[in-house]
Amino acid sequence: MAQPLVKKDDDRDDEADYSPFLGIEKGAVLQEARVFNDPQLDPRRCSQVITKLLYLLNQGETFTKVEATEVFFAVTKLFQSKDIGLRRMVYVMIKELSPSADEVIIVTSSLMKDMTSKTDMYRANAIRVLCRITDGTLLTQIERYLKQAIVDKNPVVASAALVSGIHLLQQTNPEIVKRWSNEVQEAVQSRAALVQFHALALLHQIRQNDRLAVNKLVSSLTKGSVRSPLAQCLLIRYTSQVIRESANNNQAGDRPFYDFLEGCLRHKAEMVIFEAARAITELNGVTSRELTPAITVLQLFLSSSKPVLRFAAVRTLNKVAMTHPMAVTNCNIDMESLISDQNRSIATLAITTLLKTGNESSVDRLMKQITNFMSDIADEFKIVVVEAIRSLCLKFPLKHRSLMNFLSNILREEGGFEYKKAIVDSIVILIRDIPEAKESGLLHLCEFIEDCEFTYLSTQILHFLGIEGPKTSDPSKYIRYIYNRVHLENATVRAGAVSTLAKFGAMVDTLKPRVFVLLRRCLFDNDDEVRDRATLYINTLGGDGAVVETGEDVKEFLFGSLDIPLVNLENSLKNYEPSEESFDINSVPKEVKTQPLAEKKAPGKKPTGLGASPAGPPSTVDAYEKLLSSIPEFANFGKLFKSSAPVELTEAETEYAVNVVKHIFDGHVVFQYNCTNTIPEQLLENVTVIVDASEAEEFAEVASKPLRSLPYDSPGQTFVAFEKPEGVPAVGKFSNMLRFIVKEVDPSTGEAEDDGVEDEYQLEELEVVAADYMLKVGVSNFRNAWETMDADCERVDEYGLGPRESLAEAVNAVINLLGMQPCEGTEVVPNNSRSHTCLLSGVYIGNVKVLVRLQFGLDGPKDVAMKLAVRSEDEAVSDAIHEIVASG
Amino acid sequence: MSAFFLSGNSCPAVKNILILDSEGKRVAVKYYSDEWPTNSAKLAFEKSLFGRTLKSNARTEAEITIFDSNIVIYKFVQDLHFFITGGDDENELLLATVLQGLFDAIALRLRNTIDKREALENLDVIFLCIDEVVDQGMILETDANAIAGKVAIQNMDASATLSEQTISQALASAREHLTKTLLK
Repeated sequence: MAQPLVKKDDDRDDEADYSPFLGIEKGAVLQEARVFNDPQLDPRRCSQVITKLLYLLNQGETFTKVEATEVFFAVTKLFQSKDIGLRRMVYVMIKELSPSADEVIIVTSSLMKDMTSKTDMYRANAIRVLCRITDGTLLTQIERYLKQAIVDKNPVVASAALVSGIHLLQQTNPEIVKRWSNEVQEAVQSRAALVQFHALALLHQIRQNDRLAVNKLVSSLTKGSVRSPLAQCLLIRYTSQVIRESANNNQAGDRPFYDFLEGCLRHKAEMVIFEAARAITELNGVTSRELTPAITVLQLFLSSSKPVLRFAAVRTLNKVAMTHPMAVTNCNIDMESLISDQNRSIATLAITTLLKTGNESSVDRLMKQITNFMSDIADEFKIVVVEAIRSLCLKFPLKHRSLMNFLSNILREEGGFEYKKAIVDSIVILIRDIPEAKESGLLHLCEFIEDCEFTYLSTQILHFLGIEGPKTSDPSKYIRYIYNRVHLENATVRAGAVSTLAKFGAMVDTLKPRVFVLLRRCLFDNDDEVRDRATLYINTLGGDGAVVETGEDVKEFLFGSLDIPLVNLENSLKNYEPSEESFDINSVPKEVKTQPLAEKKAPGKKPTGLGASPAGPPSTVDAYEKLLSSIPEFANFGKLFKSSAPVELTEAETEYAVNVVKHIFDGHVVFQYNCTNTIPEQLLENVTVIVDASEAEEFAEVASKPLRSLPYDSPGQTFVAFEKPEGVPAVGKFSNMLRFIVKEVDPSTGEAEDDGVEDEYQLEELEVVAADYMLKVGVSNFRNAWETMDADCERVDEYGLGPRESLAEAVNAVINLLGMQPCEGTEVVPNNSRSHTCLLSGVYIGNVKVLVRLQFGLDGPKDVAMKLAVRSEDEAVSDAIHEIVASG
Repeated sequence: MSAFFLSGNSCPAVKNILILDSEGKRVAVKYYSDEWPTNSAKLAFEKSLFGRTLKSNARTEAEITIFDSNIVIYKFVQDLHFFITGGDDENELLLATVLQGLFDAIALRLRNTIDKREALENLDVIFLCIDEVVDQGMILETDANAIAGKVAIQNMDASATLSEQTISQALASAREHLTKTLLK
């Protein structure tokens, strides 16, 4: 950890780099710290030594346990000095040393004395230090002083107590802090700006789990005048939370508190204006009328002289452009002038916003500006631009020529791997989705691999060429590019090229003899893998015109595409244990894994206390499958079709937190209850869930697996299994009761008493719905997939959805009802549109692929009508989808 | 400490404050979030952030960038580089206010000669200013006069702001400052 603190003289000019800490050494400073023990303290010298110690810590130097203890004890001696400046440094030093519990006792009395001192500075700092280092036991002793401090007339003291309260609430002693409610409420009315801010933050945290109380807090404060801009920002955040939570109840009429947010747009502090504007743009289902005033103030910020303001505005507008591109078009002129902004982050955000909002006619002009701009931005910004261009191209397929040219130009320029990969990925996606762009795109890629330094990209492109190349009008022109790789590249790329050549040979009969000649030459390669591949392909292709007996299966396996996610295949292979039974590729789950990371980032503004996040077992499909197959009672249920996301059955912050995961099998359903005991003084044993299935007629309970013991804060699972008619998407409601034996636990020893009491705990109901029988599986090219599906299995019908809040809300409702994967971004409804088409895909129970095309239209002011077209591999399933919608 | 940085907490939070010199070396730094658990992680963050912002002109107005999914606002003066880091959904203007408050408070305490040499010679003042601006990630004070006032350590009445200092007090602190430099 130790590092050269200050460079020695030999490589540095003394004069230019003078520092009072030149040549400082830990050992020497620790020696110097002995002055703290002098009977006659010299405050200035002591201050200097503390500064030196802090400097060392700040440079990353660490003290050993012994050194830290010695310094700490020495520092405590300094409380004898009356020098304010020295005392100030002592406070900082104690916080830096973060003393252990038995050391804390040494300073407690000194700090408590300071806490009741007449000097405001002593009181404020002693509170901060004491609350920072205390382990909680002390807190009851000083609680009285802290409550007084909250309403102290000196704002510094009040703030110190409030901020300490905020930290204590999240760490050791939430209960004690909650008792300060009255004092904190009084402090909210303080005339001092920062006291108001701190008090509001603490008050909200005390009440955050009580929705009604937060509602009341917001209602009363939005009427009065909050003076501090920081407090006003907080209030805006709390208001948006209230709006978000009440959104479901208020179907019609004006949004509550919108007027308050709009009023804040005229506040004198920029930070408040911006906070309000951002809050408005993030409202659920925001209308363009609501959006307009927010966009107007953000537009003003765009031409500010302050980069921070321009950045904040353009970043927010960029986000708005994703969902409401039309609302942002008014800012296009200001946005275009930002393309040349000195700050490249701002310029990039401006460009990508323009790409999202621009219309077809402005594309060419924009591309010209971007070309000038690309050379002087960092790679990560370039990637953002490339991604924006890709989505632009998908939006305006007619412009593919100029956009594809742009991509191929930047592909030839210098750039790192991530950047090149983004370009190649974009070209690949464009080739796949825009048929007209295919030939030119493939040639661009061919040219790129002629001079590509990244093995990974070369092999990816070769693989892609093998799939797409043979289907073009003149496959032979790609052969040269591919065969060149066999001469010029490393073994990995050569092997890839051999496979690609073979694919051309297998799929294009006229090329077969020529490919065969080329493959024969590869038999003399000096790499094993390349030679092996060449041999394999020569044998399967059967050169020399000889008919070779290779089954279609082999050909399909070698040249067909794999419809299983590779990650899943990898996991299944790892789990496979060698036995008599050979590995069955059909047993690999086909569900694409959700990205836990992306979920984390989602606006999960729920309180995450102990009870809210019962960390169940990892929620991946593989983990579930492994878990279930390890339980003998469920082993014969067959292959797991789908596991739902966990559904909470308890409110946050209750004694026992329970959520349920629904596992769907062909003829069974298993409920996995993830339970967490949040009471330290209790041990639960023999935990079961009693399920009443009287409202689920088609289900019959067949097995249950109790949880033997559930200690505090370590989640466990109990299961209940039901039989249902095979292959039938049976639905129903289940009510649940948690039953267990509760035993008292002695908190000091952690030992449970022998005798327990039987107890029950009511859980919320759970439902099995039609969407549980549908896997979200996307398709890359919906139109192609739709065309290849048999039109005879198509079922079309029209439905009236009745009055709805908005088109977007109706679209979402239907997507959630069906539980299918929206394709090609069609789940987003442009603002103000009167009609919308949404494309969905999925796999229904029994492994039946289903595609759905939904056309929505507004019929009258609020009524939504929908045309539903379903294609699937089985007409019965198509009918079933209609039934889901008809009965939903 | 980390509880304060959970996404569920709607309170504005500061993840770190950095003051580096013109070569990217530490003058004073303070981390509040455990996003950078070790000293080497911290140094790596400082190094790449310094490299990324080096060429920008953040002398008249504070500049801003997104770095490692964090918002960083920075301001340079002489051979000192000031940074403040917050989460990527933080209000940018709010963070800028905190940085400006710290910056102005230091300028007040150092009598407008802010450079590395002056900062190192008054490192105690710098540490105290940082201590008064942010407490474990929570914004404590943003008004430069108030911060400087609290740090006015020679002043017996600690709550008085700098503007309320008497001439004699100002002289005393100037004399003190001079002797300090001479004694080095």
